[in-house]
Amino acid sequence: MPTAARPLARRAPGATASRSAARRPAPAALWPYLLIAPTLVGTAFLLLYPLLRNLLISVQHYRMAELIRGRPAFVGLDNYTTLLGDAEFWTVAARTARWTALNVVLIMLLGTLVALLLVRLGRRMRLAVTVALVLTWATPVIAATTVFQWLFQSRFGVVNWALDRVGLHRFHDYAWFAHGDATFAVLVVLVVWQSVPFVALTLYGGLTTVPGELYESARMDGATAWQTFRLVTFPVLRPLFALVTSLEVIWCFKCFAQIWVISQGGPNSATTTLPVYAFQIAQSLHKYDLGSAASTVTVLILLGVLLFNLRRLHREEATDL
Amino acid sequence: MTTAPAAPGLRPARAARALRRVPLNAAALAVLATAAFPVYWMASTAFKPTGDIQAGTPTLLPLHPTLDHFRTAVHAAGFGTFWRNSLLVTLGAVLLSLLVGLLAAFAVGRLRWRGRRAFLLMVFIAQMAPWEALLIPVYVIARDADLLDSLTMLTLVYFMTTLPFTVVTLRGFLAAVPVELEEAARVDGCTRAGAFRRITFPLLAPGLLSTSLFGFITAWNEFAFANTLIIKNQDARTLPVWLSSFSNVFGTDWGATMAASSLFMLPVLLVFLVLQNRVTSGLTAGAVKG
Repeated sequence: MPTAARPLARRAPGATASRSAARRPAPAALWPYLLIAPTLVGTAFLLLYPLLRNLLISVQHYRMAELIRGRPAFVGLDNYTTLLGDAEFWTVAARTARWTALNVVLIMLLGTLVALLLVRLGRRMRLAVTVALVLTWATPVIAATTVFQWLFQSRFGVVNWALDRVGLHRFHDYAWFAHGDATFAVLVVLVVWQSVPFVALTLYGGLTTVPGELYESARMDGATAWQTFRLVTFPVLRPLFALVTSLEVIWCFKCFAQIWVISQGGPNSATTTLPVYAFQIAQSLHKYDLGSAASTVTVLILLGVLLFNLRRLHREEATDL
Repeated sequence: MTTAPAAPGLRPARAARALRRVPLNAAALAVLATAAFPVYWMASTAFKPTGDIQAGTPTLLPLHPTLDHFRTAVHAAGFGTFWRNSLLVTLGAVLLSLLVGLLAAFAVGRLRWRGRRAFLLMVFIAQMAPWEALLIPVYVIARDADLLDSLTMLTLVYFMTTLPFTVVTLRGFLAAVPVELEEAARVDGCTRAGAFRRITFPLLAPGLLSTSLFGFITAWNEFAFANTLIIKNQDARTLPVWLSSFSNVFGTDWGATMAASSLFMLPVLLVFLVLQNRVTSGLTAGAVKG
């Protein structure tokens, strides 16, 4: 705990930084602030302001009428009480947790395996696999989503045909998108398929920076492959693993486009996660206030995840800045 | 390059090494097939005549290749307009975030100042911002500013979604250019800006290019905001939204849908294949080296 707190505390302008700033003539000291000003302005108007506005709407009565005429009334925490008192909200929250955990575990596991595979391959084979991964990575979300609808199409989809051929005849003309669990499974496959390349290629990039001598000595000590990974590879790449995992947690948690295009949260809301839920009550039911409350809860959860991971990340950063 | 943990003992014979590679290469082929198949199936379907697409037994290759589906997609109402909209919004956002991001990256990477760490932390947090959770307020803000159904608002949103990434990545690329080069130029009488422009900027060019390509992909693909902010004015729609509604336009014409998807991903794919290595190394540099 103390080691984690120290670098965060050092973030406050240290003695050395202020001294070197003071030594410079005044106009020069202004430059950095001028350079970051556009970024700050952009963030203030397009990120901070929407966040605050979201918070504001969530404590107002903000429905269709208020959207058109304005003058919404403040209702305090009523929207949150309504939201958190709704059993459906908790079902959705639990489903979101399940969705995120399942995806992230699969993505990290497969991504790591593929990265380790890439390191061991010959030059030509590695190039071939890399090109295939990049192909996947570069596939636009909506294009990939459309393709998966086609792959899992009930009558002419190649997945049903293949499953039928290998003897699973119950998949003959099986309607994947009519069953909740099946739709959920297809969405997991889609998101994992799309996310593994980023993890694999990033970790592969990291793996190539691990000094060869470390592996050399591990081998001399007679370490098994698993021991080598656990005691050499992983500790060296810990910051990279932390970064990639937290990115994946956040991306999976807030995943929206794939779910919306394929199922719109259905069938029977089997694939409704928090972002989809917030969108549904806002856009379809015109309950913008409740939608904003749901969004605020989403943001708070993500912020929690983020801060947890950022502490570690920042500690690694601080040593090098 | 490390060949990672090889087998123990002295140098193994060639044949033994080749034999050991068999399971590795088999696994590699499995990964390759899994990664590439959906994309292959998309392209392959796009070239098959409808009769072959709706056959009981799918064929791996388009045996009777046709361009009919591509014609259907290109001649679909609004195709050109949506293509142009997507391009305008994407390029606008990328150029804006590149310009703004470069300034910030320079301040963070080359200058020492009070609050630098706090600023960097803000950028890291902004990079992970839950954009989709902000659909409602952004919609309300756009409506209040009379920017609903306009490409300007989309451009601004995409600019902001790509900006934090741009700052972080450019800072990584900037860190790879030795400061000494700049300092040498300043000793020779260049101003700070002059040294940056003449020495660092050219060395940074590949980094700028690959960073912008990443932003390009993000903006090119974006669906949720394009779907929410453009409602009444259908002429201001972008390609992802159009593609998502493709089944409404063409019913179950999967050939045309796959042709449209292929056309949609083609530009991204081409640039990505050429430049992905630089993107990955920049990202790793940003994450590992800091």
